[in-house]
Amino acid sequence: MNAKPATLTQPQDVSVSTPGRRDFLRGLSAAALGLLPAPLLARPAKHTIRIGFTPAFVHDQHALLADWRVYMEKRLGLKVEIVQRDSYRETMDLLRLKQMDFAWVCDYPFLHLKDLVRLMAVPLYKGQPLYRSYIIVPVGNQKATGLKDLKQTVFAYADPLSNTGYLYPRFAIHKMGDKPQDYFRKTFFTWSHKKVVEAVAMGFAQGGAVDSYIWETLDRIHPELTQRTRIIQRSPEYGFPPFVGHRELDPELFGQVQNFLLTMHRDPEGAALLKRINLDGFVRGDIHLYDGVAEMMRVFDEH
Amino acid sequence: MHLFNLSFRYKIPLWGGMLILLSVLAVSAALMLKAYEDLKEDLRISAEGLGGILTQTLFAPLLHDDVWRAFELVNATFHGGRTQNPIQPEMIFVVSPVGHVTVSTAPAELPMLADLHTLGGDYAELVRRLDEPLAGRFLRFEPDLAGRVFFAFPIQQESARVGTLVLAYSKDVFLPRFRGLALHGILVGSLVLAVLLPLNWYWGQRMARPLVDLARRMGQAVHGGRQDPPRETYAYRDELGQLFQAYDDMLVEMREKALLEKELLQTERLTAIGRLAAGIAHEVNNPLGGMLMSLDTLRERGGLPDHAGKTLGLLERGLKQIQETVAALLVQTRDQRRTLTGQDLEDVRTLIHPQVLKKSQVLDWQTELPNGLDLPAAACRQILINLLLNAVQATAEGDRIQVLLEPHLGGLRLRVSNQAPPIPPEYMEHLFEPFVSGREGGHGLGLWVTYQMVRQLGGRIDATCNGGEVRFEVWLPRGEEKP
Repeated sequence: MNAKPATLTQPQDVSVSTPGRRDFLRGLSAAALGLLPAPLLARPAKHTIRIGFTPAFVHDQHALLADWRVYMEKRLGLKVEIVQRDSYRETMDLLRLKQMDFAWVCDYPFLHLKDLVRLMAVPLYKGQPLYRSYIIVPVGNQKATGLKDLKQTVFAYADPLSNTGYLYPRFAIHKMGDKPQDYFRKTFFTWSHKKVVEAVAMGFAQGGAVDSYIWETLDRIHPELTQRTRIIQRSPEYGFPPFVGHRELDPELFGQVQNFLLTMHRDPEGAALLKRINLDGFVRGDIHLYDGVAEMMRVFDEH
Repeated sequence: MHLFNLSFRYKIPLWGGMLILLSVLAVSAALMLKAYEDLKEDLRISAEGLGGILTQTLFAPLLHDDVWRAFELVNATFHGGRTQNPIQPEMIFVVSPVGHVTVSTAPAELPMLADLHTLGGDYAELVRRLDEPLAGRFLRFEPDLAGRVFFAFPIQQESARVGTLVLAYSKDVFLPRFRGLALHGILVGSLVLAVLLPLNWYWGQRMARPLVDLARRMGQAVHGGRQDPPRETYAYRDELGQLFQAYDDMLVEMREKALLEKELLQTERLTAIGRLAAGIAHEVNNPLGGMLMSLDTLRERGGLPDHAGKTLGLLERGLKQIQETVAALLVQTRDQRRTLTGQDLEDVRTLIHPQVLKKSQVLDWQTELPNGLDLPAAACRQILINLLLNAVQATAEGDRIQVLLEPHLGGLRLRVSNQAPPIPPEYMEHLFEPFVSGREGGHGLGLWVTYQMVRQLGGRIDATCNGGEVRFEVWLPRGEEKP
């Protein structure tokens, strides 16, 4: 009866990988008042790092994430918490509130946050730090050849802060001379690239915009899903969603994690994990990788 | 109708079988109806439960126009795949207050934003019904028997209605389950029939066989056919058993009566013949006496030529033969006054002895004559001699003849039995009639005379023929006319 699990008696071991609504509100109010010290500095367990994962990759591969965390802890010698959120917005808020040290975010929010975070590493996909947006339709629709054929349809966006799942299609419509907000009969967000594929595959939406990396990864692990969709339009290539670190982070820690990412592909275990996540490795990257995104953002007065 | 004229042998099992069949069918039908009602009730409960949960959770996403969230909620019902579970809806959709599809799990049939009014068919009728005020907590809509059943639940909170949730259940998936139930019912029913029908057949046969048997016997009895006693006696004392008993009793009575009638008839016939013979004998005897006396007188007077004397002799011998025959017919027992004694019996034995010796036969002589019977000696001697002579003649050489004489029923029983070939029945019937003879050369008066004597003494005589033995049995009552 006295033999309680050790983890329960040590607060720093308690998993807070999914902080509740209360933490969020507390953090929000604290940030608003600017009274509390930054969580990173205040946190006694300074060897615990929090990494946010977003729908930028197939983020419901929970077993993969668990393995990833264990591997990271082993390599870094640090306690790692993985924080998952269903939207970019929440991830960004957590970064702003300093509830998160690192994050894998989309290129579009990265540019929004560029004063708050530092570019740490860019994943290599098919040997390049690049990806693009796919406009997909249900496989039953054999006529459509591009966004131009999807006027007045029901269209699925991934996330309002997604480049490939929101920014690019709106930019493309804008370039066609139409108003993105009136172009479709109805639009909705699925808050995940994978769910865009699902919505289109089931015919719930007549079209959708999805991350090429996600679609192709899904095509490998759930071909029965992607086979029910058809790509009708491919965007130009943009910089791949990067890993970022908070600007207020200890540079040593930043460098340690950055180094871990950049060398991950050399380690057999790391290479296996990268293979499972369908990436080749990480490169240091450059902010100019995202100039294309910035250009689109300027069109909508966001940059 | 022919069916009703059938033998009980078929009728009882047939009716029983029909009743069993009807019962099994009725029970099966009732069970199947119950199963169908249960299925319907299960559906209602399931739909109501699911509808209740979904309308509560759907309110917020619909209010915020988060159609994907709403879709995920309704689609979660299927757990990723549509199974054959009949309780699972085939399709779920949400209708906006203006009758458009907000969310649907079957976008191919019901795409988002489609106007139900224009979709036609069941949907137009459904959306029309949705506009009407709701009577209960939900609307049950079943356009036709074969298609779908719709359950509609308003999605609202505090009279703010954001849409209507519709659960559509297909009856196609109902059918296999119902068919399974029906098949199960048929199987069990067949099993019950397989047990009960042969049992019923056996029981019916058992019931009917004695009845049929009885009916056949009675038919035979009425038409004068064979009247053998029941082959197997019905062992139970129920009404059927009583019927059998009554029938047996009746049969015995009938047989006794018939026997009595036959005897009576024979006796009457013999009596009539006796009277006739005696009458004729008497009428013949009177003038015969006169004629013989005249002849005698004529011969004593003499002086007749030779040839006349010869003729007279001829006449006399002829008349004497007539007289002897007539005398034999005129059986007289009552005027003989001497009482039978043991000596008489010994006399008879002595008299018959040479005859027996001549054929090397064995005479088994057992006589016990009680005192005070008072029977006429001459008649009794005559009866015994007649029967013995008859036996000696009928018995083959070296065979045995039995004589038994004993008191019986207050009188005397006299039995003569011998080994002999059986007497043919047609001869048996006329055994005691005059001039009926069983052998060559017999005049056929011996048994006749015996019969007449026995009757005159108030006794009875019976002849039986059993196997290789012929038996004559005489019973004589105690004599009463001793002066």
